[in-house]
Amino acid sequence: MSAALQLLRREMAIAWGRGGGLMVTGGFFAGATLLLPLASGPEPERLAQIAPGAAWTVLALSALLGLERLFERDYEDGALDLMAHAALPLEFTCALKCLGHWLATGAPLALLAPLAAIALGASPVLAPLLFACALAGGLAFAFTGGIGAALSLGARRGGLLTAVIVLPLFVPPVIFGGGALDAFTAGLPWRAGFALLGAYAAAAVALGPLAMAAACRNALS
Amino acid sequence: MTLSLHIEDLALSRGGRRLFSGLELRLESGQACALTGANGSGKTSLLRAVAGLCAIDSGHIAFGAAEPAAARSTGLHLLGHLDGLKVSRTAGEELVFWTGWQGGTASAMEAAVGRLDLQRLLDLEVRRLSAGQRRRLALARLLSSPRPLWLLDEPLSPLDAQWRAKALEIMAGHLTGGGLILAAVHDPLPLATLALEILP
Repeated sequence: MSAALQLLRREMAIAWGRGGGLMVTGGFFAGATLLLPLASGPEPERLAQIAPGAAWTVLALSALLGLERLFERDYEDGALDLMAHAALPLEFTCALKCLGHWLATGAPLALLAPLAAIALGASPVLAPLLFACALAGGLAFAFTGGIGAALSLGARRGGLLTAVIVLPLFVPPVIFGGGALDAFTAGLPWRAGFALLGAYAAAAVALGPLAMAAACRNALS
Repeated sequence: MTLSLHIEDLALSRGGRRLFSGLELRLESGQACALTGANGSGKTSLLRAVAGLCAIDSGHIAFGAAEPAAARSTGLHLLGHLDGLKVSRTAGEELVFWTGWQGGTASAMEAAVGRLDLQRLLDLEVRRLSAGQRRRLALARLLSSPRPLWLLDEPLSPLDAQWRAKALEIMAGHLTGGGLILAAVHDPLPLATLALEILP
């Protein structure tokens, strides 16, 4: 168990460490959100309408940023070799790496998402739901993203390949979360969409590590 | 854990090319084997196959009384060109992490740090270390969590004369304690009791 905790701490230290993973992801998130009013015009009514959806989309794109390095660095420097023949099963190791990635970048971004939506003119009432959606969605993004990151190990321009593999897997959580936010804004029942988002996140957490470990073993052999 | 290494009739391919076949080796407690062969003959692949990291075509790799899965997860150390050390972290952070990861103890780690004279390097980022210093850090990781079988890929190559002698001393100590060493080398390994040359 202490090995698992140490791995989690190491993953977060690497994600936060030199190079400022969080600053970069947060900066990207803020910058991309800022582009929206510049591109679609500054009319407050229109912006307020698309604000939750925009924050949600930008969140999905920001989740892509750190993925490339999730397994690639460990693969390149041989750490993955040592993790693949360890007391802790590789599936568990992969899950911990994704969890560390989410804690280091996904969870802080979930705090930024409601701020961005409110800044664009969304109603502050929406903030708690947007925060909850961003938390659950971030978990789904991290664990499905890990699959893409593991599958593109050893490929040239792995980051681009990861994005291409992963974006289709991001579609369901984006739809469910966006649907829940839309319904909430319109005063309609929103729980179903949020429940589906949670279910997708849970499935990703449960099944993603199996696929990641298989892909890592394949890349190592 | 006590184990031995028995390789029978092993055949291995990489990228669709057969590296070797019919390879045999029996390594018992206290023995070291020098593994030689031309560049690209499959020395590293053999070590990785023993560690369970790459698939074999045919044959058997057994670890005596120990279960293969247990032997691979807690009974062997693999030390290769890629040492698994993160360049952006300090030597001390990495050593502490890997010691914990491999189930070693803090006292064993401190002893290893002293033995490999790493105290002054622990606060440095791994990227600041020379190749020889990194190898010493990797050797300290081996000593920090005692495991019987050491799979070493050219363990001495980045070390200077003084540290080669010291590393050989450490390896001899490991054998005296009942350990096993399978080392891929280009120069003769003085303490090897067995020799295995990989021929295509």
